[in-house]
Amino acid sequence: MVFLEFEKPLESLYEKLEKIKQVGEDGDIDVSQMVSELEDKIKQTRKEIYSSLTGWQKVQLSRHPERPYCLYYIENMCKKFVELHGDRYFNDDKAIVGGIGNIDGQTVVIMGHQKGVNTKMRQYRNFGMANPEGYRKALRLMKLAERFNYPVVCLIDTPGAYPGIEAEERGQAEAIARNLIEMAQLKVPILCYVIGEGASGGAIGIGLGDKIFMMENTWYSVISPESCSSILWRSWDYKEKAAEALKLTPEHMHGFGLIDGILKEPLGGAHTAPMDMVKSLKRHIKKELAPLVEMSVEDRINARIDKYNSIGEYDVRSVAVNENAVAK
Amino acid sequence: MGWFKRLKDGIQTATKNKKEAPDGLWNKCKRCKKASTIKELKENFYKCTSCDYHVRIGSHDYFDLLFDGKYTELFSNIYAKDFLEFTDLKPYHTRLEQAREKTDLVDSMTVAEGKVNRRPLVIAAMDFSFIGGSMGSVMGQKISLAVDHCLDKRIPLMIISKSGGARMMESAFSLMQMAKTSVKLSQMAKAGVPYFSFLTDPTTGGVTASFAMLGDVNFAEPEALIGFAGPRVIKETIKKDLPEGFQTSEFLLDHGFLDFIVNRKDLKTRIGDLLHLFTPNSVPSEKVSA
Ligand SMILES: [Zn+2]
Repeated sequence: MVFLEFEKPLESLYEKLEKIKQVGEDGDIDVSQMVSELEDKIKQTRKEIYSSLTGWQKVQLSRHPERPYCLYYIENMCKKFVELHGDRYFNDDKAIVGGIGNIDGQTVVIMGHQKGVNTKMRQYRNFGMANPEGYRKALRLMKLAERFNYPVVCLIDTPGAYPGIEAEERGQAEAIARNLIEMAQLKVPILCYVIGEGASGGAIGIGLGDKIFMMENTWYSVISPESCSSILWRSWDYKEKAAEALKLTPEHMHGFGLIDGILKEPLGGAHTAPMDMVKSLKRHIKKELAPLVEMSVEDRINARIDKYNSIGEYDVRSVAVNENAVAK
Repeated sequence: MGWFKRLKDGIQTATKNKKEAPDGLWNKCKRCKKASTIKELKENFYKCTSCDYHVRIGSHDYFDLLFDGKYTELFSNIYAKDFLEFTDLKPYHTRLEQAREKTDLVDSMTVAEGKVNRRPLVIAAMDFSFIGGSMGSVMGQKISLAVDHCLDKRIPLMIISKSGGARMMESAFSLMQMAKTSVKLSQMAKAGVPYFSFLTDPTTGGVTASFAMLGDVNFAEPEALIGFAGPRVIKETIKKDLPEGFQTSEFLLDHGFLDFIVNRKDLKTRIGDLLHLFTPNSVPSEKVSA
């Protein structure tokens, strides 16, 4: 088990528990009373820790090395799934995966950012940071979904689009922008879920949809707390402060009306009971798709446009003069 | 510049309203270090008289360069607010007040309607001097309203980008402006009303990764910095020096992301040509005489 910094009290309890269990096995002593007491204590401690997570702690949880990633959800939710590779222009990006699958009888085109499960795979997946080909593959799959009238599901989990020389040469900005304008008018329903990290343009590049949800221990922001700290505080040391200031938690995002809901995670995070999280995501997708599928294409696209067009906080000040009287 | 200030100054037309730099002052070129007077610079379309370096200019300078005389400023009553109570080294609301004071602008984008070579055009232009031309709720809303205005009157829209990207002090709201502006531009595309994206130095981040790359025609000033990630971030990530000319207009043209690069002295003619070709019937008198 991997414990995060703020989970240290849990780690020592788990260590104690292991020791007692060992003593029980070795010495043929009845330790069941002590074990159950410790287990209660662990549960209680976990509840305490998780009832008041800070923004930064949620960021850490979203990056937990044992957290389930995109393909884990896809493979466990879909009875059948065929991964489809490549953008048909340049290559197959490994940081965005997708394909066609079947969730309880409903065929969907499902895709998302993919991180690696071990050191080698993390490199292979480029830490979930896609190049332009990833966004172009995603768009190709969305167009395929549109052709066959299948809903699109996007699972978001990225520390950002990759900032590299080749990414710029091949138009990282254009790839993300193209996805945004195409997703705006896509004729089939689009459901988006932040399942881990939702960093900036790299996240929204597959994140424009009819409904957007976040899992409980995730974040969504215009910039990572680390980069925000380095730019605005001119030092890497203010990431906790930046995480608070950015108001990037699902609770904040829901409060602002920027997302449509939050998926509860098992106590301690999705990684503590990943199959429970799979089931809950699957149930959620089915429930949310039903009304979207029922809508007419036109209504759905109009609602999608209205949803985004209404986002923004500003003051409209009264202007004392008629503008037309001043100029022209 | 705000309307109140204009009225206070007793100035009646928008074209004369911006802060005039005293003509006799000297400007030292950032690139070749040669000096020229402000007057010479202005007469040369704000380009260095020695090396043709395009000096960064503001929204009203572009309006003056492009519009046939007068223009009408639109949506000038939309103001940013510090709704997240965002504080880094200073509070966002203080930054806003200081930027307004320093620039005499309302926010980083100004929208105006006028005519270019007698054909109507709405121009939404950014000011880098206002918090780095950053995109927040105000920019998103102004673009949204400009699109509605253009759709309603079937007038082409041109956005002049000059921005470091999203306004971090508005967090996810600034990120969502990428989606907001893109869904609005999808309506322009559907309706067949032309949208021109003009990229100037610098255009990076969320601005590039949304509307700046989505023009029916994308074009840029020479040697502008254009990219998704900033050069410093890329350098830190790959731990290598960046190649010569990386992320310049010329680099983007070469890689297929721009339609052309235009020298500022030819800008008005080129935009006039585009309007002529995309909106051939937008000059009524011509139709009558023909
Ligand atoms: Zn010069």
